Amino acid sequence: MFDQSKLDETRQARDKWQETTLRQTTDHRPERADKFITISGEPVNRLYTPADLSDYDYMRDLGFPGEYPYARGIHATGYRGKLWTMRMFAGFGTAEETNQRFKYLLEQGQTGLSIAFDLPTLYGYDPDAPEALGEFGKCGVAVSSMADMEILLEGIPLDHITTSMTINSPAAVIWAMYIATAERRGIPKDKLGGTTQNDILKEYIAQKEYIFPPKPSMRLVVDTFEYGSQYLPKWNTISISGYHIREAGSTAAQELAFTLADGFEYIRWGIERGLDVDDFAPRLSFFFNAHNDFFEEIAKYRAARRIWAREMKETFGAKNPRSWMLRFHTQTAGVSLTAQQPENNTARVAIQALAAVLGGTQSLHTNSMDEALALPSEMAARVALRTQQIIAHESNVANTVDPLAGSYFVEAMTNHLEAQANEYFERIEKLGGVIPAIEAGFFQREIADAAYRYQHEIDTHQRTIVGVNDYVSNEPLSVPILEMDPQGYERQIVRLERVRNERDNSATQAALKRLQDAARDNANLMPPILEAVHSYATLGEVMGVFRRVFGEYREPVIV
Amino acid sequence: MSKYHPTAKQKIRVLVAKPGLDGHDRGAKVVARALRDAGMEVIYTGLRQTPEMIAEAALQEDVDVIGLSVLSGAHTVLLPRIVELLRQNDMSDVLVIAGGIIPDEDVPLLKEAGVHGTFGPGTLTEDIVKFIQEHVRE
Repeated sequence: MFDQSKLDETRQARDKWQETTLRQTTDHRPERADKFITISGEPVNRLYTPADLSDYDYMRDLGFPGEYPYARGIHATGYRGKLWTMRMFAGFGTAEETNQRFKYLLEQGQTGLSIAFDLPTLYGYDPDAPEALGEFGKCGVAVSSMADMEILLEGIPLDHITTSMTINSPAAVIWAMYIATAERRGIPKDKLGGTTQNDILKEYIAQKEYIFPPKPSMRLVVDTFEYGSQYLPKWNTISISGYHIREAGSTAAQELAFTLADGFEYIRWGIERGLDVDDFAPRLSFFFNAHNDFFEEIAKYRAARRIWAREMKETFGAKNPRSWMLRFHTQTAGVSLTAQQPENNTARVAIQALAAVLGGTQSLHTNSMDEALALPSEMAARVALRTQQIIAHESNVANTVDPLAGSYFVEAMTNHLEAQANEYFERIEKLGGVIPAIEAGFFQREIADAAYRYQHEIDTHQRTIVGVNDYVSNEPLSVPILEMDPQGYERQIVRLERVRNERDNSATQAALKRLQDAARDNANLMPPILEAVHSYATLGEVMGVFRRVFGEYREPVIV
Repeated sequence: MSKYHPTAKQKIRVLVAKPGLDGHDRGAKVVARALRDAGMEVIYTGLRQTPEMIAEAALQEDVDVIGLSVLSGAHTVLLPRIVELLRQNDMSDVLVIAGGIIPDEDVPLLKEAGVHGTFGPGTLTEDIVKFIQEHVRE
């Protein structure tokens, strides 16, 4: 990017600066620390110059927005054409309560839905199962059958709004309930837009909401790729997620590398099934964390786009540019929020959200200030949404495309993250690939090590967390906490009993039998799942069939 | 004096457990390592433990302390149940502590149920170590 003689000139000038101006300054006032590091522990230099980008090639490494390798974003006009989708993750208690929250958020200017499910739903249990003790509606909404989905989506224009659903092991079943609900309202499948998270690999790695062993789980995922590419061309069949990897304690480089490694694994499985890469890759989407280290995060998103584009084109031979484009959702870092002085979290969220926007995210969830205490109250969720609106409309950062390109620091960091990710790809390959590495506990151990290192740095005051290990205040808590319907569980059980009693039970049992036969065979499971949910089979019944056929996974315990 | 009494020379034995369906194990693992680094004997149960499994593990492992981590909001149901099962196993003298997303207003209920200490987000691990050393049965 830079002329060699100019580079030499810059290097000489830098050396001279170090001996004169810099030395005078540091003699007079030493720096605050011997070394400065990112939140991931990566060293940060005092100053970056063209000398840090000596091999840089603008066309090869950056290019133009909307063009390969997409380092500068996937849209030619950035956010000048359309802002990112403001998509607040919401769900608690019963379908009625969450439906009210969705309508509130839409009234407040949210532009997409994002459904949080409770733990029994995420693990495919009905709420009256013994394993579900105490968990109903606690960290999301309970969806036990299509009857709940119908209430949850009541009054929501499913042909106009896109919906993201954070669901993994039972993703195919919950997706089928969504499709079936729309069909009953006369909305054809091909009009539906949205995303199912459906990323089982990161469940084994980080979030731990797996049910079945990896192979049958991957079969279900690829079944959704295949079905989606045929019938729901506007649906993102997966959201390959680094978010949970980061929340579990990984570094930025680990988040980047493990997520993309998972992405390539899904591509391999799709190709193995016999699908044309360009038929399903354009509907793969991604989901990253936005943590506090502003520039490291921006570099991470830019590196992610560049790595994905190169691998898709060069390694997997994708020809459709849409297969090369890494599209992603971002959520601010839940783990960065403090229970102490929770109002301070609004500042953290604003910084993180700004990084996501400057990194070119397609959609964004901003966490609420009270999330280290409980699920968000309406007030806290509103402030979080307003934070996005202030960035969008008042800061003017969305007025030019990829404004940080060419920053010596940001470009050097982008290169560094890409190099770190490549090293991880090699290590994973040496272990035999993603699934053997999961079974060996490789990712889990890397993440646990990083989490422990980070906590140790806080404990020993090498890192300052405002309000936690410095600037502590003992003033009483002043944010209100969400209160849920205390009768919610009883009402859910009554509805579930009614569904079980009022449906045509012989039709349900026949559908479950056909599903079981299909599971034992190699057929695509989406059609029999759709049939089962249309007949009001409960989530626990459908997942019970799979539990019997596929068995359950137990992870290696690693501390 | 209880048979669970640790002498000055014995290491404090701690069971770190994840009750319920919650898969957030970052905190449990960090605390397990910190307690180990502080010289304690730590057994980690892994995920998805029912109250019965945890009480049984505590008995089998003959522990002095149980550290329970819940971030799902199910603490008000699961933790009292675990303490009750410990009582039935004649292990009332085991120190029970909990961490995770536990709102302040739930703390009295948990104390009442027999949870000796709760540690929310932002807790320094040295504070947990100190609490255990000061409160483990003498």
